[in-house]
Amino acid sequence: MGYGAIVIGVSSGGLKALGEILPSLPQNYPIPIVIVQHLSPRSDGYWIESMDKICKLFVKEADEKEKIERGNIYMAPANYHLLVEQDRTFSLSTDAKVNFARPSIDVLFESAAEVYGKELIGLILTGSNSDGALGLKKIKEEGGLTIVQDPETAESSSMPAHAISTSSVDHILPLEGIQKLLIRLGERD
Amino acid sequence: MAAKDSTEIEIDLLLEAIYQKYGYDFRQYSDAHIKRRIMNRMVLAGYNTVSEMQFQLLHNKSFANELLNDLSITVTEMFRDPGFYRSVREKIVPILKTYPFIKIWHAGCSTGEEVYSMAILLTEEGLMERTTIYATDFNQRALDEAKQGIFSNNLIKEYTSNYQVSGGRSSFSDYYTADENMAIIGQNLKKNIVWANHNLVTDSVFAEVHMILCRNVLIYFKRELQNKVHQMFYESLINGGVLCLGSKEGMYFSELKDVYQELDRKQKIFKKKY
Ligand SMILES: C[S@@+](CC[C@H](N)C(=O)[O-])C[C@H]1O[C@@H](n2cnc3c(N)ncnc32)[C@H](O)[C@@H]1O
Repeated sequence: MGYGAIVIGVSSGGLKALGEILPSLPQNYPIPIVIVQHLSPRSDGYWIESMDKICKLFVKEADEKEKIERGNIYMAPANYHLLVEQDRTFSLSTDAKVNFARPSIDVLFESAAEVYGKELIGLILTGSNSDGALGLKKIKEEGGLTIVQDPETAESSSMPAHAISTSSVDHILPLEGIQKLLIRLGERD
Repeated sequence: MAAKDSTEIEIDLLLEAIYQKYGYDFRQYSDAHIKRRIMNRMVLAGYNTVSEMQFQLLHNKSFANELLNDLSITVTEMFRDPGFYRSVREKIVPILKTYPFIKIWHAGCSTGEEVYSMAILLTEEGLMERTTIYATDFNQRALDEAKQGIFSNNLIKEYTSNYQVSGGRSSFSDYYTADENMAIIGQNLKKNIVWANHNLVTDSVFAEVHMILCRNVLIYFKRELQNKVHQMFYESLINGGVLCLGSKEGMYFSELKDVYQELDRKQKIFKKKY
């Protein structure tokens, strides 16, 4: 069975962690990737361009109503929640913060789980809060695959630790292991 | 096609009931957003299914009001996206200056923060005296709050910073009076603002205006509904008038994108072609 999407949630220490995982994914990687990275509300998206420069896949900010397609890595815009619609397009929302965060990882994960069901891979990386734990639980309940960065190896262990204690997680790995696993999951497609 | 799951059927029926009973039409709002709001209310109110809420919606007026309020996201702030207001000063004010009187329609104004921001900006540019701002929303509770122009003191720091980054020419504290808890917007800013209830989905063209601001409202609409509202904006604007959308809202899917010229691509400011 092929996977329809990978959703990633990451907070403090995120740019470094993403910088280790994303550039290793091959150009023909068959699964679209959607990321919520907690950032300052005024962040201008410059970091998205820098990420694009070091990745083989196309890295872009998610636009409202945009169709989710393979070959792309989508980043939630600063100060908006990002949701996935049944027709596999994006919605944005300025709804109140969830877990003190906008964009919130839970909001993306929960809406994506409803759409992709068992075709979804959820990944929680470093971060110093608890956002994403409930979203990852929901992905698991819908039959998706869940991966969490080993808290011992994370720059901030709290977000991975919360995710692990909230639901049973399929894989707990350091960044290098995550990178290899993602590549392997892509090859099965 | 797979059978729709029960929750989705229940949500469709709930939206239908809201429309038939209360006249608010959420049937073409984005599904993920509507579902999230409805499920939140369901959990908060302690119900297990949307069907149980259907009964409350039809027979319990105060519950219905809560739900209607949930479905209209009123989150806003003063000088939200300061870069946008800087661009208004630099790119739109010179256009507005050419008109002897100015009409601005602020659609989906929520609790008014953006409206007062604009009134401050126009005052500083010497234009407020000859401007009328029509500030509309379909949420009466938000409008009533907006009219009062009272906001919580703990937001002032953030608003002051927004104001400064936006290119404010004076001191933000010139525009309100404060006690320990509240800040109240000055009366003279309110003079030329007309508050009105207007529903973008069910009401029609508003007025012949020089500028429309509709920020962070259309993101909640499905594509066809966006197109319908864009058509209404187009008809409401005079030739050469300006349309301002939210910073993440495009004209990408509007059938009308070619009849506008981009004044500021990043800030989503468009000028209606002659
Ligand atoms: C997120 S707020 C945006 C407030 C402000 N424009 C801003 O960007 O800060 C969205 C507003 O749109 C209003 N709204 C939603 N649907 C509407 C409709 N059909 N007609 C009029 N207003 C609507 C809501 O009541 C809410 O106040």
